[in-house]
Parts: sequence; C-alpha cells; structure tokens
Amino acid sequence: MKDINISYLKQLESESIHIIREVAAEFKNPVMLYSIGKDSSVMVRLAQKAFYPGKIPFPLMHIDTGYKFEEMIEFRDWYVKEIGCRLIVERNEQAISEGTHPQKIGVDKCCAKLKTQGLLGGIKRHQFDAAFGGARRDEEKSRAKERIFSFRDEFGQWDPKYQRPELWNLYNCHINEEESIRVFPLSNWTEMDVWYYLKNEEIPIVPIYYAQEREVVDRGGILIPYDDMVKLRPGEKVEKIMCRFRSLGCSPCTGAVRSNARTIDDIIKEVEEASKSERENRIIDLTTDSSMEDKKKEGYF
Amino acid sequence: MDSHTSPNHANLLRFTTVGSVDDGKSTLIGRLLYDTQNIFDDQLEAVRKVAERKGEEEIDLSLLTDGLAAEREQGITIDVAYRYFQTSKRKFIIADTPGHVQYTRNMVTGASTANLAIILIDARRGVLEQSRRHGFIASLLQVSHMIVAVNKIDLVDYSKEVFDSIVEEYDEYSRKLDIKDITYIPVSALKGDNVVSKSAKTPWYDGPTVLHTLENVHIGSDLNVRDFRFPVQYVIRPDLNFRGYAGKIVAGSVNPGEEIAVLPSGLVSKVKTITTMDGDLEDAHAPQSVVITLEDEIDISRGDMIVRRHNLPQVENNIDVILCWMGNDPLEIGKNYFIKHTTRTVNACISKLIYMFDVNTLHRTDATEHNLFCELIKTPHRTDVNTLLLNEIGRAEIKLTQPIMLDQYNKNRETGSFIVIDPDTNFTVGAGMIRGAVRSIEETIHAEGKAEEELPVKVEIERAPVSLKEREERYKHKTAVIWFTGLSGAGKSTIAKSLERLLFSTGIHTALLDWDKLHHGLCKDLSFSDQDRIENIRRAGEVARVFYEHGSVVLCTFVSPLRCQRDQVKALIPEGRFLEVFVRCSLQTCVQRDPRGLYKKAMDGEIPQFTGINSPYEEPLNPDIILDAEYKSIEENLKALLEMLKSKGIIRK
Repeated sequence: MKDINISYLKQLESESIHIIREVAAEFKNPVMLYSIGKDSSVMVRLAQKAFYPGKIPFPLMHIDTGYKFEEMIEFRDWYVKEIGCRLIVERNEQAISEGTHPQKIGVDKCCAKLKTQGLLGGIKRHQFDAAFGGARRDEEKSRAKERIFSFRDEFGQWDPKYQRPELWNLYNCHINEEESIRVFPLSNWTEMDVWYYLKNEEIPIVPIYYAQEREVVDRGGILIPYDDMVKLRPGEKVEKIMCRFRSLGCSPCTGAVRSNARTIDDIIKEVEEASKSERENRIIDLTTDSSMEDKKKEGYF
Repeated sequence: MDSHTSPNHANLLRFTTVGSVDDGKSTLIGRLLYDTQNIFDDQLEAVRKVAERKGEEEIDLSLLTDGLAAEREQGITIDVAYRYFQTSKRKFIIADTPGHVQYTRNMVTGASTANLAIILIDARRGVLEQSRRHGFIASLLQVSHMIVAVNKIDLVDYSKEVFDSIVEEYDEYSRKLDIKDITYIPVSALKGDNVVSKSAKTPWYDGPTVLHTLENVHIGSDLNVRDFRFPVQYVIRPDLNFRGYAGKIVAGSVNPGEEIAVLPSGLVSKVKTITTMDGDLEDAHAPQSVVITLEDEIDISRGDMIVRRHNLPQVENNIDVILCWMGNDPLEIGKNYFIKHTTRTVNACISKLIYMFDVNTLHRTDATEHNLFCELIKTPHRTDVNTLLLNEIGRAEIKLTQPIMLDQYNKNRETGSFIVIDPDTNFTVGAGMIRGAVRSIEETIHAEGKAEEELPVKVEIERAPVSLKEREERYKHKTAVIWFTGLSGAGKSTIAKSLERLLFSTGIHTALLDWDKLHHGLCKDLSFSDQDRIENIRRAGEVARVFYEHGSVVLCTFVSPLRCQRDQVKALIPEGRFLEVFVRCSLQTCVQRDPRGLYKKAMDGEIPQFTGINSPYEEPLNPDIILDAEYKSIEENLKALLEMLKSKGIIRK
C-alpha cells in the first residue's frame, strides 16, 4: 500500500481550501478580509488555489484605519492588481476625520471605532453574509475557542456561550437576513506553518516584515516607529535600530522587534528560536486579561 | 522553542482530551505544552502574574488553556478549545473538551475529528460513571486509539496497586467498546510524571509516556484508503473550455483514466485530469482537495458524488442512525429539519426513535456493540421515549426528501456522518452516525443479500444456507415472535401453552420459551436482580431470534416488566413480526393465584426485587393485543389471539 501520509502543510492546505469552497458554494455574497499581513497573503493564495483555473469568485476587503504603514498600502494595491482580484477599501471616515488616535481616546476605543466599526459598516453596506478572516487559534487564548465558521448576530457580535457545535468537516452555513458568519480558514495553522507556507509557495509579503534600520523609540522594549504622532516622553530618544515587524497593525500600536532577518529563511530561524509570542509587540492585546475576548464580542475579528 | 518538525514530511495527529471536572485535563495539556517548550515566555509570564496576584507559589499550568473570562471566574472549561504544539516527530492539534456532564455535545464535537482520545481518571476516585461514558463516546465516534491517563498518581503515593486496579476495572469495561488500542499510563500532570519524561517515582511502570504514545501511535490506517469517495463541492467553469469539479477526496484515491460513476444520476465516465494550481496530478488521494475533469460532458452539480464504478456507496433516503442531540430544544419527531451530509443538504424528518441509551448506566456484561446499545436503552425515570433532550444519544430513523450517498460510519467517517440543523433557529442541533439504510420487513426477508447490513457491526455471520423465505414457503405460514408480558401469575404461560397446542395441531412450526426453560440452563447464572433480569430478557430475545430465523412462530412468556426490555427484543425482530401481547390481570388476583409461591417469597423478603411487590411493572403503551386474564376465559382469549394472528397475516384465515 502506498504511503497515504501527506505532509501536514498539505493537509492544512487541503482543509483550508475545502473551507473556502464551502463558503463560496453556500453563501450568496461572501467577502475575504484582507489585512495585507502574512496571514492574509496565505489566505489569498489558498483562495486562488481553491478556484484554479478559475478566478477567486469574491472580492477582498481591506479595513483601512488611516494608520497603516505606507509600505502596506503600496503592497496591497500592487498585489491585488497582480492576482486580478477586486478590492474594496472601507474606512470609518467620520472617526478618521475626528482625529481618532489611541493616545487620545485609548487603545480599546480607537480599535472599536476604526477597526470594528469600519468592519461592521463595510459588511452592512455591501450586505456581505460571510466574511473570511485570517485569524488563527494559536494567536490568543480567546481565539482558541473560536469556531471555524463563527456565527455573528445582526450587530456582528460574538457570543462565546452560544456557538454552534462544529463536527467532522461539516459546516453549518444557515443564517437569517442581517446575520453573518465569520470564517477562519487558517484556524488550525500556527505562526510557523504560515512562515513555512510563505516560503514553500514563494508568496510575496510586505517588505516591512524584513529587517532594516528604522527610526524608532524604545518604549519598554517595544520599538515604536518614530513619526509626527509620537510624542517623546522624558528620557526617550529616537534611535536608528535594525528591526522588523513580526505582525502588522496600525503604526501607533505596532512595535518593531530587534532583528537582523533579511530573508524568509532568516525569519523562520528567528521565529523558531523566539521565546515570545508573535503578538508581544501588539499593544491592543495587552490592555486587560480578556481584551481580545471583549473586542470579539463587540464584533472585532 | 523545540526543534520543529519539517512541515513537508511530518504528519499530524489530532487528539481530544476528556475527563471529569477537576481530573486535571487543563493541567495535563498545560504540562504537555510546557515540557515540550511550546509555551512562549510572555504567555508564561502572564500566568506567573496570576499566581503572584493570588499569592500562590507554583504556577497553575491550567491557566495556559482556560481562555475565557467566564472560565477563569468559575475555574472550569466551558467550550471546546483547540491547541497546537509540535515536537520533532509530529504536529498535534488538541481538541480540549470539557468533561462536565452537561457538555456531552462538546465531547462529541471534539471526538468527531480526533484520531486519539486521552481519558483522564483521577487515581483517588477511580473509574467513575463519567470515565465509562467518555470511553463509550470515544468508541461511538470511532476514535480508534485511546490513552487512559491515571492522573494524580502522586496523591496516592505512586501506588502500583491503585493503578493496577483501575487498569483492570477499565480494561474489563472497555472490552465491550469498539476501540482498537488502549494504553494505560500512570501520570501526575501537576508534577510532570510520565507526561513527557519517564518518572523515577513509578519504577514499576515500564510502558511509554503520554508524549511517546502521541508521537508514535500509527494513524495512517485510520483513513479509509479503499473506497474512493469524492463529494462534489463546487463546479469550476472559468470558460467554455474547462469544466471541473472541485472537492476534497474524503476516502480512497483516484488516477486519470479511471472509470467513475456519478451519483445519484448513475452516469459513468472516465477521469480526464486531476487539476491543481501546482499542476495536474498523476495520482490523488484522501485528504487532498483537487479539481477533477471528466472525459464526457455530463451534468454534475454540488452535492453529487463521484465514485469508482465498481465500488459504490449506498444511495438511500431512509436511514438508520445513532443521533447525539445538541439542541436546547428537544428533538421533535415529524418536524422538518435539514440534514447536512458531505456537500449535500436535504430536508428531513426524524420519523422514529428506536431507543435511547443513558450513557451513565453502563452494564459490565460481555456484549457485542449492538447488544451494548440495546442494554443502554433508556433510564427508568424517563418515560417519554419519543424525544431526545440536550446531550442525549439514541438510535433513530430519518426520512430524507432526497437520497444521500452514504457508507456506514464505522467504515467511513466522512460519508457516514451528518449534522442536523433546525430551520427555525439555524442552530446545529444534532450529530449523526449512519448505521445503514432502514429496511422494511419485506426487504429484510426477501433481499437476502442486503440482510447482512442489518447485523451488528463487526459480527460476521455467514448467510444461512436455507433462507427464511424458503422456509416460509415450505411451512406455509409466516414467522413471528409473540411476546406475552404481564405480572407473574397473570396466566401468560397457560394461554401460551394452549395457543402452542392449537397452532401445532394445524401444522405450524412453533417454539415456546419461558422463564423456567431458560432458567434451568441458559440463564442459570442469573438472579432476580433488575440487572440480571435485563440480561435474562436479552438472552431470551436472542434465542427467540434464532428460532424466528429458522421459521418458527415463537411464543415467549416473560414478565419483562420494563418497556425498554421489550423494545430491546422488538428491535431484534423485523417490524410487524414482533407481536406484543399484554396479559392483563390485577396484582391482587395474581397474588392470590401465586402459582409458584414467588409472591410469598417476595413478601417474606427472600426475593429483594420482585415485580409488583418492590419493583415496577410498566404496562405496554401500544400492545398488539390486550388479553383480559382476570375475567375472560382461556377460550375467549385464544380466539382473540387467533384473530389477531390472522389479521397480521401470520397464519392463514
């Protein structure tokens, strides 16, 4: 008998493709959230594979907070053109024009306005009934409890106590008008899997994942990129440090880490040896013990 | 972090952990992650801070996994959580499921995708009902490998005797289950004994550690590699020149050029290409997601299934299933539900609940899986047998508006499973495992070739050289089991004996079974206890079936006080051929008659559990006939019986 063990990356790939096709087959108007990060890149590649030789049968949607790094926006526009996919950009213009900023109103409130409200507004405006997200269960504790098909009520809210049981590979796609499902095809992937896959598949990623010298402020070990919005605190100084971003968020809330990794192999080696989780540089997770859980209940991914 | 597995070669083991509240599941998982260096410093730091805040010295490894605020508040695990870790040998996905009784649905959820289950038993508390229930559910879901981790061994001074007695007890129980292999390991999740590294404190134990078992258990054979099954998920048609069928190969393998059939249409063709973005494949197998193109233009859509021409699943719209109920609202017989099976969703109604089993009252008797199901039928305190409540499990018949392409669950998890969706709430209210098609009596009797599928799993019985149909033709009467139930002393035997004489004299093949006959031989090891009487009835039912299969009209007279006992026998015999005769007589009259002096013994306390005195009698709800043995004569009752047999077509008019 031939060896039927395919490598685990291939198994994960196959499982994710199956999930993506289920959504395309069962929902009227799905969308794939595209955050420009590495997980998004993997998810988009899986969508390409799912419908090959056809094209991805749904648009990508980017929730732009107005605080994304310039390199990210450039990459986004180039990449969607490259793969021939439709892109929708959604912004909570009102909150942006009011000058919403984490240092003004706090991290949690800022996220609620720019990300959660932006996302919910976009879903409502386009009447999407299913939205793919690149979240993984290994990222954060409350995500470990998340279903692959996650039911959200008409307000986009997640109720951890009212989740649909998910058995075998059978996904329940039944919802009423106004309700939606968030779908996480990368649920069972880990950070390492994502990096190996990016390497194996030679998927392009935003250059700020790679190390280079950047002007930053060292704030308690987190390297904050220096720009006009950063007000130096007493004793702080702007330094040029070799660093990179391990995960991409909004510039005021995403710190860089010291690194010399200039290639994907360097990054893999670095992540393998890392003693801290990938979200260590994400200020948004750290505000309370259950900050992510609270955000998700409101409608955040 | 530990040195990582090569993502291109290593394989993936999915396992689930189950145990009762406080058995230490979360701690065991925390220990596995911690000792294999799969915990990041910042995650550990967060847990350390909690310990500091609470003024505890040792960090609580369970906090690494209990994620939700409500769980931390209550110190319990609410919902299935998924964890990931890897070693140099394998990558692991853990479905961490709560063991609390009200969360059976979560346990079923976790077990549905698992190759292996770790069942925790607290060494101080030994084998509990829950421990058996966990094993039973794992077996029901066909989780083929099991680790029984006897945890908190440190709290019983690393006692070999405690471990051995738990192993002995659980091993005896598990022989009834359908689990390929079980490994017993003495463990202290808290101290780390035998989890990742071998403990010096258990020198008497020379088996593997938990991690060693997880890393080395052979799971390749868990996949069905024989029967090619490809449920069509999505049709890909980018232009007029390409028409491909996208889906996941859920079992078996396929090559270009192979002859295939499409179900349910039955159209045949050949595989032209197996297309992927990485190039066309020469060979594809489960669990790959691919696109298949065919030589011929045939109309195929989502929900159809592509299979090998000479290896077909069953195409059925009336199915016999084991159903785990997960809805907050009880199951409604006759209500419209959706069934999602592979990529096909159909309207369905649950037409009949055959029996339900209470997983908390398992008997430790040798039994085939089928018998186990039968023995586990409903608890005495539930009288409404026509529904399933949240977390209950039963066997049911489901009618579908369109056929599905199925295999038995124990042969193929993917084509043998389905979920039930309530159209009113859209909630997933049930999980089902298919036993096969529902067969009518005619089909069972006439379609000999299919009869095997009705037999309990794993029991291979050679087809009888002479079929029942042939016997019935020669004997010139139909076969049946006539089951007389009623209080002791009601007059069951008297009536049955007269009936047998009457039938025999008209040339009918008969057999008579009663308590006395069985008790002198087959059942002489059984007492009057409730449990033994259930076993007594089970054996009586099996003997009746043998006679039935050999063409006899079998007359059985047993008090059989519980409805579930009688239903158990009824389930062995095709529908319409099990006739329940309720011989009614008041207890007072029966006590007066007391033909064998049993009531006296019962009232003197010599028989502790005797029907009518200190053990209940459940009257049949819907018997085929009620005989009044108190006021009517034997002749009158015999006449009524003969009429009934004629009207049922058993004997000629």
